[in-house]
This record gives sequence, structure tokens and C-alpha cells, in this order.
Amino acid sequence: MTIRQPPDYDRAVVPKQSRFPLRPAARATAVLLIALLAVACGSSPGTASQQPASEAPASASGSLTVYSGRSESLVGPLLERFETETGIDVEVNYAGTSELAATILEEGDASPADVFFGQDAGALGALAAEGRLAALPQATLDKVDERFRADDGSWVGISGRARVVAFDDRIHDAADMPDSIAAYTDPQWKGKIGWAPTNASFQSFVTAFRLLEGDDAAKAWLEGVQANEPKVYEGNDAVLNAIAAGEVEVGFINHYYLMVALAEQGDTFPVRNHFIGGEDPGALVNVASAGILSTAKNPAAAQAFVDYLLTQESQEYFANETHEYPLIEGVPANPELPALDEVSSPDIDLSDLSDLEGTLRLIQDAGVL
Amino acid sequence: MFRSPRPVSMLGRAPRPLLLGALAVAGLAVLPLAYLVIRALEADPGSLDLVLRPRTAVVAASTVGLALLVGAGTIALGVPLAWLTTRSDLPGRRAWAVLTVVPLAIPSYVTGFAFLATFGPRGALQGLLAPLGVERIPSFGGLFGATLVLVLVSYPDVVLATRAALARTDPAVEDAARLLGDRRSVVFRRITLPILAPAIAAGALLAVLYALSDFGAVSLLQFDSFSRAIYVQYRASFDRSLAAILSLMLVGMTFAVAWGESRVRSRASAFAGTARTSRRPPSTVPLGRWTWPAFAFCVAVVGLALVVPAGTIGWWLIRGIGQGEPVRVVVDAALNSFLAGGGAALTAVMLALPVALLVARYPSPVASFLETAAFTGYALPGIVIALAVVFLSTSAVPVLYQTLVLLVFAYAVRFMPQAIGTVRAAAVSVGPRVEEAGRTLGDGPVRAFVRLTLPLLRPALVAGGALVFLTTVKELPMALLLGPIGFDTLATEIWDAAAEGFYARAAGPAALLLVLSAATVAVLLRNEETTR
Repeated sequence: MTIRQPPDYDRAVVPKQSRFPLRPAARATAVLLIALLAVACGSSPGTASQQPASEAPASASGSLTVYSGRSESLVGPLLERFETETGIDVEVNYAGTSELAATILEEGDASPADVFFGQDAGALGALAAEGRLAALPQATLDKVDERFRADDGSWVGISGRARVVAFDDRIHDAADMPDSIAAYTDPQWKGKIGWAPTNASFQSFVTAFRLLEGDDAAKAWLEGVQANEPKVYEGNDAVLNAIAAGEVEVGFINHYYLMVALAEQGDTFPVRNHFIGGEDPGALVNVASAGILSTAKNPAAAQAFVDYLLTQESQEYFANETHEYPLIEGVPANPELPALDEVSSPDIDLSDLSDLEGTLRLIQDAGVL
Repeated sequence: MFRSPRPVSMLGRAPRPLLLGALAVAGLAVLPLAYLVIRALEADPGSLDLVLRPRTAVVAASTVGLALLVGAGTIALGVPLAWLTTRSDLPGRRAWAVLTVVPLAIPSYVTGFAFLATFGPRGALQGLLAPLGVERIPSFGGLFGATLVLVLVSYPDVVLATRAALARTDPAVEDAARLLGDRRSVVFRRITLPILAPAIAAGALLAVLYALSDFGAVSLLQFDSFSRAIYVQYRASFDRSLAAILSLMLVGMTFAVAWGESRVRSRASAFAGTARTSRRPPSTVPLGRWTWPAFAFCVAVVGLALVVPAGTIGWWLIRGIGQGEPVRVVVDAALNSFLAGGGAALTAVMLALPVALLVARYPSPVASFLETAAFTGYALPGIVIALAVVFLSTSAVPVLYQTLVLLVFAYAVRFMPQAIGTVRAAAVSVGPRVEEAGRTLGDGPVRAFVRLTLPLLRPALVAGGALVFLTTVKELPMALLLGPIGFDTLATEIWDAAAEGFYARAAGPAALLLVLSAATVAVLLRNEETTR
């Protein structure tokens, strides 16, 4: 009695809707719908115009689709420069690193992306584990230290991000800050710590802790800090603002958030960074990294782009504009930062940081999440 | 005395096109559910204990608590504001009508951030109190903070729905009660409020479901809600299966809430046919000695919901200019937001109409089921819907992937419950009698509906569209992942800058978002008034 004759649907419903009656609104509707269609047709992704992937990588041209987990504010100017210098038409999809990684996994072979440029090595590792990344040529990999690239050559580090303990300099003095992250389980820090346990950088740090000192030690540390009733924040920047606002006195974050705040709010901003050093887990340097998709439609242009990110010019951009550590030889770090050698990151393979599920389990077991 | 015989099942009498239309819309709405089931079935049994643990139950309970508090709070703010801005002689009534709705367009993370910056232990308020010797004020966050912020960003759901109901209620019903000797307060309690109940419930339902889906405010204010747990799964482990299992639980909660609301509502069907068919405007109620308390109430709500976030944005601008940052005026992004929001609003209203009419005119278990199904995506976090649409569209309609058409359509399907609620409430109060009269005078069914019922539904259609528009322009995850590559909206511009701590750069787009929303609301309300 109800759904027996599907053809009725087409005949009966369509005319009814097409006579939608609001007089002035109808005109506006029509205009808007036409505009929508026009824009949609004009801006559909440029995949159709691309050449087949089998072209020799001799000269890169055509168009390139980049999925960037690094925001436009940070890397937009660099990508525009690449576009101008090479004549390659670059389309960029900006979003969160893990959201984009999940998107690429959902897209599967249909992914329009040629390159994934992510904020941390873990996301690249997750894509490599699902076979979504192609191996990079050795010449590209060799531009950075072995520590900062994938063992299987699926991704390469582009810029370094050091873990620091940010502190309220109205209360603490740099010289008195502890030299090990382990010190923050001491009850003297009760109620004074801010952290972001849902944040990817924090979880990479916990993974490094597990690799260096074992799961039990990492869990004990998490429980120890948890016993100090730390305040939980959404991300590094929220922790930084909480220190400035006096909610907490110290926070475990990445080094460059402070540089942005100092640039925007001036030197009166009451927070400074403490670099722990000494190959402590708290001195981890993670890397924003790039990889080429195994389904890339323009691998030549993708290769040219990854290489461009590792030129002296681009590396200087990261040093000066995003306040990160350049990773190729001969480009000095921002003079306001300690040199990368002095940061003395623990000696671990960043590829091994991809066991995020184990880390999440540990964080949950410790009662932190 | 209004009670009519209880309809056993009206479904059999429903015109087939209407039924099939509603069925198609509900089918679209449950597509994300198919995706979630596919992903959930892939879960590795060994890692199930990550989501099936006591902690999940605790988070679920606190999420329900948050949702109930938000529902109560939005009713407490929204109903008085709707009445004051339509029926009273409140000074500056028309300005308040706009200002009390604009907060709906402020992303919850902006409001959340503004509250932390203003009321944090060393925020702006402490700065003002410092000369009085106040070193720090109590921390602002957790359940209290999350509830407050979510109420302040979603109470306009209740205001818009209630305003639309007041606009179409025939004042003759209230006047009759007054003539029979009831005092005004009694009339409000016994006549007006019951007539408004379906609209109030519909608005509060939206607010409650929004609270379930919200990630921005709860993450900033450190409240452990279900949608936060879902985000953690995605972000931490890229394990879409576990996130899918959590999402399915959230869909279950959504259905429970929507079903509860429909129970509340079924009592109100007694008031069918009380819509205004005369051209007579309702009488304005003089507030008398309540004028200034009412005024103060509006000042307080708008102060918290609009002035605090807008002031924070202004402060970002000023501070940025002081440090030499250029002010960014992103006209392209504003146009894109307008296009996506406008398209989504129109599409959502069209999708909502068959469902709303079916539920209002031909109530039956099947109709309720279809309506509940339409709510599937509404309370899911945006990231879940976005990934579902990525998967479904790349598998089924790759041509549409990353086009504006797909984005607008996905928005419309996700946010259509906002239009369904208001339109359904209107369709109930309009009732079928006017249309039946038209039919007896010789009009065909379509013509009678278009000429007689649709004009009466118009305030509700406009209100529903406005809700969808305001929600769409602030939406982030879907705009980021589903929009055409390079398609920047105001929300993505704000996120892009604020995520890296460039608040000065976020200020320009944020200010534009407020202006765009305020202008839209003003135009819509003007439209509402001229149709009276």
C-alpha cells in the first residue's frame, strides 16, 4: 500500500518541488542555486586535467594537490613561492594533520592528493603502515639526518619541533627549572602543571618515553604527574595561554608557540621556554614531515615539491618564519633558540613513534584520559 | 475542550509523494550510519577494551548531564527573550530581536576562548578587580563552564523557534481567554505556553543535540564529553573503527533524546489549528514596572553571549594592530561562507518540508521513525560526518567529491533537523482545515497547499532556514575536509590562524562572521515583520 510503485516518486514529487512558491524568495533561490552550480563547476578539483602518472619525472609541470596538516598561516607563503618559481599549479587542502590522514585513508585509491605534509611523523607513519605512501628517492632522504626520516624511506622530515617545558617567568627562573621531565612527578608541582594529553605532539613524546625507558616507566611517570592534578588543555597553545593567564605555572608543549606569542604580544608576555636537553625524553625533537602518495597523479611535481621544502631557501623560511629547526646542513636555527645540537634530543628512530595506539592505551590505563 | 480523537494511524491517508519524499530524505540522513556500521565491523576485537570500558559509561553519563543542563538553560533564556522581542513593549525591541539571535553564529570555540580570556583566574575580569586586591578568581571550566558556553551559543535555537510560533499564533485565542476573565499571566500559562510547547521543545532539542556534538567548547573548557572521546580516538590512533563504535553509541543517545522530545510533543497535538489566519497583529503587552528588569535581562544575556566574544575579537584586533599586524579583510571567504550557508539553508528547508508535513499531518509510528532517522547526523561530531561523506562520495559519486554541491548537500542533510523542528511545529498549528476549505472551493491538492498553507508556514520556513544558515557559516570540520580544494570560509580562516596562536590574524575573519550573521538575521526578521 505504501512503497509498491517507485516510479510514482519521480512523476509526483518533482513538479511539486519545482513550483516552490515564495515569490521574492523564489528569485533569490534561483539566483543562488545558479551561482552555486557555477562555482561548483568552476572549482571542482583539478584531477580531470592531469596527465597520467606514468610520465617520466624529467621536468615537473601540470598541477599538484597537497594535503597540508600545517596551516596556511604557517606555510602558505612558501607554497605560493613554489608555485611562482616552478609554474606548477598547486592546490592545497588545509586541515588538521590527523583529520587529513584519516581522510586519505577513507579516500583510498581515489585520493586526489599527491603529497601529504603533516605536523608530526606519527601521522605519516600511520599512512605508511596502510601502504598509502611511495618510497622517496635516496637523494631526497639524504638531505636530512637519519634520525629525521623514515627507515623505509616513506617520509622525510622537513622541520624540527622541540618539546619544552614552558614556565611562568613571574614565578620561576630559568636556572631553577629541573633538568629532567621526570622531576615533575614531585609533589612540589601539585596543581601547577598544564598539559594536553589529547595532543599528537604530547602523545609522540609519551611514545618516545616508552621507547627510551620502557612502558612501565612511562606509565609510572604519567601516573606520577596525574597525581599532581595537572590541568588538561586541548592543545599546546591553550597550555601556553593558561600559563600566561596564571592558571598553571608550567606546561609541556612544543617550542615555537611561545615565539608566535612573543611576536604578537611583545616581550611582556610572561612565559619562557625551558629546553631540557641531556637526551631526556622531555627533550624530544619531532619533525613536521612530507610524503608522496602511492596513488599520486603527478609524482614528478610531488617530488619537486618535497625537494623544494628541503632547499636552503625553504629551510631558512622555517627557521625565520615558523621558528622551527631547519633540518638540512648549513642553515642555522633562529638565533633566539639554542642550536639543534644543544637541544640534544634522545637518540630514537622517529619511525618507531607510530605505535600511537599503544601509547593511547597507556595514557588511558594511567587514568589520564 | 480542544482534545480531538486520538489518531490510530494516519499513515494510510498520507499522499504517496509526500511519504516517498520523507522516506527518501530519511534514507539520505541515515547514510552516515551505514558508514559507521561498516567501520565498526572492522574493529580489531583485541582493542575493543579501549572503548568498551567503565570510563566510557562515566563519560556517557556526564555527557547526558551536560545535555540536560543545556536544554534547561536554553529554555530559561530563550522563551522569555522570544516573548519579550515579539509581544512586549520592550525598549529597542527590534534591535534586541537581532542581537539575541546573532550569538548562534559564533563558533563555540570562539565563545569558549573568550570566556577563558575574560573570566579565567588571571583573565580580563581579574585585571579589573586587581586594584581591589583580587589576586586570582576561581577557575572557570568543567561542567559549569561548558554548560554556560553551550547555553550561550545555542539558546537562539529556542528563541527562533519560539518567535516563529508566537508570530503564527492567532491572538484571538488569547483574547478570547482574556474576555472570559483570565488574567494575563493565567492566559500565558494556560493558553500561550501550551501552544508554544512544541516549538520550545523543538528548539531545546536542537540545543541538546548540539551540546552532544560540540567539540570546540568542551575541549577548551576541559569537559570530558562523548564527542571529545571520539576526537581522541581519531587523533591519537587513526583508528576509525573504535571511533565508529563510539559514534554509534552517540547516535543511540541522539535517538533516545529525539524520541523523548516526540513524547513531550504528542501531548500538544490538542492545539492544532490555532494558527493566525487573520491579518490582525497581536496586541503589544505593556511591561510596566517590569520594563527595566526585562531590559536588564536582555543586556545580561547579550552581554555574555555576544559582547564578551565580540569584545575579545576586538581586543585581538587592537593588540595585533599595536604589534604591527595588518588587518585582514577576507572578502572571498565571506562570500564562500554566504554561498555555502545560503545553499545549505535553502536545500535543508526543501528536504525538511516532506518530513515535517508527514509528521504534522499524518502522525504515525512510521512518521515518527522517519523524523527520528532524520536526526541521525545532527548530534555526531563534524569530523565523523565529514569522514563518512568522504568515504561514501569517493565510493559512490567520485564526480561530486570535493565540490561545493557535495558540501552544500552534506550540510543540508546534517542540519535539516533545525528546519524540520520549526516547520513541523508550524504545520501542526496551521492544521489541515484551511487547506481543506481551499480544496472544497476547487483547488487541487498542490495548489491548495501552495496558496493557503505555505504562506502560513513561511515564518517557520524562514526561521528554519536562518537556523541552518547560522549553523553552517560557523561549521568547521566539514568545510575543511569536504569543500573544494582551496575553498576558504570565514570559519576555516579563523581556525587557520587561531590554531597556531595568531589571534590577531583570526580577528578579521571573526569580525566579518559576526557582521555577516547580524546582517542576515536583520534581513530575515525584517522579512518576517513585513509578511505580517
